[in-house]
Amino acid sequence: MPQMIKVTMTVNGEEVSADIEPRTLLVHFVRDHLGLTGTHWGCDTSQCGTCVLWLDREPVKSCTVLAAMADGHEVATVEGLEVDGELDPVQLGFMNEHGLQCGFCTPGMMMTARWLLDHDPDPDEATIREAISGQLCRCTGYENIVRAVRWAAQHPRTQPTEQEVQA
Amino acid sequence: MQTPAPVDYARATSVAHALELLEQRGPEARLIAGGHSLLPMMRLRIAQPECVIDINGIADLDYIKVEEGELRIGAMTRHAAVLASPVVGEHYAIFHDAERRIADPPVRNRGTVGGSLCQGDPAEDLAAVASALRATVVIESRAGTRTVPAREFHTGPYETAVGDDEILTELRVPIRPGASSAYDKVKRRAGDWAIAAAGTYVVLSGGIITDVGIGLTAVGAPHFCAEDAERYLLGKVPTDEYLTEAARLAADACTPRGDQRGPAEYKHHLAAELTRRVLARSIARAEGRV
Repeated sequence: MPQMIKVTMTVNGEEVSADIEPRTLLVHFVRDHLGLTGTHWGCDTSQCGTCVLWLDREPVKSCTVLAAMADGHEVATVEGLEVDGELDPVQLGFMNEHGLQCGFCTPGMMMTARWLLDHDPDPDEATIREAISGQLCRCTGYENIVRAVRWAAQHPRTQPTEQEVQA
Repeated sequence: MQTPAPVDYARATSVAHALELLEQRGPEARLIAGGHSLLPMMRLRIAQPECVIDINGIADLDYIKVEEGELRIGAMTRHAAVLASPVVGEHYAIFHDAERRIADPPVRNRGTVGGSLCQGDPAEDLAAVASALRATVVIESRAGTRTVPAREFHTGPYETAVGDDEILTELRVPIRPGASSAYDKVKRRAGDWAIAAAGTYVVLSGGIITDVGIGLTAVGAPHFCAEDAERYLLGKVPTDEYLTEAARLAADACTPRGDQRGPAEYKHHLAAELTRRVLARSIARAEGRV
């Protein structure tokens, strides 16, 4: 029998616990153990960035983090962007500016976009492109993603996010 | 779907604890820092350690400071922290030039300085930076602490001076008053490894080059540096002609191999051209022109 370990972490503000094999990757933990399938699992090689979520409030590629390494830490996924039925401005931006076609890269893109806007509320195009440079989109040519993030910058939310409330 | 082979997990709370775990678990255990080199290798089953020892909890190894005339960077310092550090930029712009071109932002949030150096990839950017700067690395074991010059640290592709029962704890760079530095890299796309990259520092005194370091990566430079070119430049006025000749010497000391990133001739050309550019940029910075 492989070693089993218990992990406990905060995911979108809620504490979760599970017994897992140590080799479990964080992306599979949130999808398969927690059922949070908004985080997508793509290239498996740390390149495409669709698996980007936040670990301790920073975007990371969750296919390259062991769930065990997140034990005791704080995870935020795309499911946490919407609060009480209110979509995040980033989500509205992707809708309004057609920032997605197939939608595969979108969760990772939105998590990075939210992080960027939290640190730089009015980023220019070059800054946005640099921020998403580790994430691949094969549909939009990135133009509409940049517009979506700009839209969100111009329409900041009025309600604090779950993460902000916790902080 | 790529998943690592079954593996045990242990979490170290201090350097001493990590060393104790390494001793307990033996040579089939691996330290895991950011994991952005080891985990991809584990997923591909190129690496199948019996146990990973997580050192992310060792906060004592996450720092950037100036002490005893040296810039000292803890092994667990993330790439993003190096890139964001004003102290690093004040002394050695080469780090910021390089970090901006290492991987991509989410990877830089996890990947560490110590992990990058210990991975020993022949295309590692920080290996060239450390070699250019004649840095030293601090290695600890239960027997004690030793320092190894960066130029002797890499003993072969993916091989370093760090033994099975040791841990790299710090990168030290001597602060050189008046030094200016730069790094440049050509890669196929954002986030990719270098096709070729070069970094330099230069100290000018009275318009003469009195100290210089040249590092190269991905092009088979011995110990990631170019010592003939360094010797050639000492005592010279930095004219375009001399810089071009130094760049040729640096490239000629390299043994690039053709692969999917380009043929050997192209990499040789890049080694020379990038060396020339970073020398020129280091000098321009030294003279306050940029």
